[in-house]
Amino acid sequence: MTAAITLHGITRTFPGPPPIEALRGIDLTVPRGRYLAIMGPSGAGKSTLMNVLGLLDRPTDGVYELDGVDVAGIGEAERSAVRGQRIGFVFQAFHLLPHRSALENVMLAQLYNRSPRSKRAMRSRRVLELVGLTHRLHALPATMSGGERQRVAIARAMVNEPSLLLCDEPTGNLDSATADAVLGVLAEVHTSGQTIVVITHDPQVAARAERTVVIRDGLLHASEHAEAP
Amino acid sequence: MRFRLCRARRFGSGAEPSHFALWDITSETLAGLTQRPGRSLLTMLGTVLGVGAFVAVLGLTSTASGQIGHRFTVLAATTVTVTLAEDESNVASSDHLQGFPADADARIERLNGVVSAGVWWPITNNAQPVISAAPGVWAGTSEDAGGSAGLYAASPGLLHSIDPTVRGVLFNAFHDARGEQVCVLGATLAKRLGITQIDTRPAVFVNDVAYTVVGIINDVKQVPDLLTGVTIPSRTAEHVYGPPPGNSPAKMLIRTNLGAAPLIAKQAPIALRPEQPHDFVAIPPPDPHELRDNVEVDLTGLFLVLAGICLIIGMVGIANTTFVAVLERTAEIGLRRALGARARHIAAQFLAESTVLGLIGGLVGTAIAVATVLIVALTKNWTAVLNPATVIPAPLIGAGVGLLAGLYPSVRAARIEPQEALRR
Ligand SMILES: Nc1ncnc2c1ncn2[C@@H]1O[C@H](COP(=O)(O)OP(=O)(O)OP(=O)(O)O)[C@@H](O)[C@H]1O
Ligand SMILES: [Mg+2]
Repeated sequence: MTAAITLHGITRTFPGPPPIEALRGIDLTVPRGRYLAIMGPSGAGKSTLMNVLGLLDRPTDGVYELDGVDVAGIGEAERSAVRGQRIGFVFQAFHLLPHRSALENVMLAQLYNRSPRSKRAMRSRRVLELVGLTHRLHALPATMSGGERQRVAIARAMVNEPSLLLCDEPTGNLDSATADAVLGVLAEVHTSGQTIVVITHDPQVAARAERTVVIRDGLLHASEHAEAP
Repeated sequence: MRFRLCRARRFGSGAEPSHFALWDITSETLAGLTQRPGRSLLTMLGTVLGVGAFVAVLGLTSTASGQIGHRFTVLAATTVTVTLAEDESNVASSDHLQGFPADADARIERLNGVVSAGVWWPITNNAQPVISAAPGVWAGTSEDAGGSAGLYAASPGLLHSIDPTVRGVLFNAFHDARGEQVCVLGATLAKRLGITQIDTRPAVFVNDVAYTVVGIINDVKQVPDLLTGVTIPSRTAEHVYGPPPGNSPAKMLIRTNLGAAPLIAKQAPIALRPEQPHDFVAIPPPDPHELRDNVEVDLTGLFLVLAGICLIIGMVGIANTTFVAVLERTAEIGLRRALGARARHIAAQFLAESTVLGLIGGLVGTAIAVATVLIVALTKNWTAVLNPATVIPAPLIGAGVGLLAGLYPSVRAARIEPQEALRR
């Protein structure tokens, strides 16, 4: 069985002046169904790696295989398609559209990937049920708590059944109790076999993952207390 | 298998190309516009004014000129006036300038397309005539109506040409040929003289000569002078007062069928005197198209410039709003890109928003303008004339304005890098 993610010598250099080597040869394999945390200090290259993994940015060099297919060199059209169909994003800032209900925000993820219109609401309702928001389907983001908002965002990321769920500081804007609830939802999603990569600098968040890697100055190090892959 | 063929091709990665269905563009656009309805309305204002002004100006102009055209068609287009040439050389070449031939009416009425024709002239026998309902009235006394009333000579054909409503009868060729002492009375004068009944065979005394009133005329279409005067047959006038004097020459009025006037104007002088057609000048009705065009050019020029300015203001307004929306919604753009939208889908969305904004503005403007034209036409008792060729495409002008306005902002939106946009 192919791994969900295989990275070989991924580099990302921001052209200067002066040029900044944000990623300096990342090697990483994430098997399917793995729950991985990537930790690291500020400026280490976490967000840069996240952008590469999410196909929002192209690596300067290296191989990136998603589900066994090299996606490092594909064009804009294909990257958009893969983002829309294979990758789910959860952001620190939620990024919910303020004028749309929870249900409509989740349905937005089905706008560009040829999902039949008639089935969008039904599918969205189902994932919202999964994250425990059945009673908030028609609530606007402004009327929801931070935890609820992030659960809507997780539902939105999950509605297309992606190969990879990418979370960048998913609890960065939440207090610890709410963060726990959101992490509980992620753990639940993971039990259904979902591959998850969480980027965080919070050890408590990392502790929920099966494995943690640390990025420092653009290079990955296995975490001291991490189990073997 | 057949189903497979309908689906889009797949990439090497197995992903299907992203797609933004027309129906989805439409609903996203409407959602985008209605989330800030106040702003959308304000933004439309310029386009509403521009397109509205455009349609209203063209509508009011065509309505007004249609009105002119309407009156024109009914009356003027069927009227030809023939006068004697006043050319000096003409006078010099012949001993004396001859007037209309005695059988002028018959000569013209013979022409194909003529309804009726006749000559008339005011009789100005050096002094004001004394006109009264009884004999022996002195000039200038209260019984004398001559001060404000005139004496006219007219051939029987003329009375038909002016198309009056008549109480009693008009004098005819028989009265004329025999030079009978009869007259028709203008309704205004008849009232002053206290003559209301025709069947009592009343008489009017002009310079103490009695003329039997055969009819009272009212509501003439042409030569309204006759309403305030006494009109006697032209032969009778020639017997009593001589031929038409040089200072008030005879004129001929020809009523034609619709469309025949220009041709009759050409034929009339020849028909009147084949050997010397230049004795006469026939004036055809002015070309209705020319008349209408003059009006249109006067009005439309200025207002269309104003409409254009409004449209440009509208375009700047939409461009500005769309640009602000792009800046405000940068995070949304990043999110949509993360959810699979291509750069062109982002551009399409903002372009659709600005175009729909313009289109709705155009529709509202057109509706207001059409209502305005209808109200104006109603209050003035006119027939509203709206050319579908200008009204129907008018909302599209608004859409075009919106489309142009949205070009730059949507290109900018498409260029926003998703990872930059999501960093916020
Ligand atoms: N667009 C860019 N242009 C130039 N340099 C960049 C750009 N984005 C990131 N960098 C640089 O690359 C390095 C890694 O940045 P990155 O944002 O990945 O760090 P991070 O680990 O996410 O930090 P934080 O925890 O503060 O978010 C930093 O030195 C940063 O300044
Ligand atoms: Mg970061």
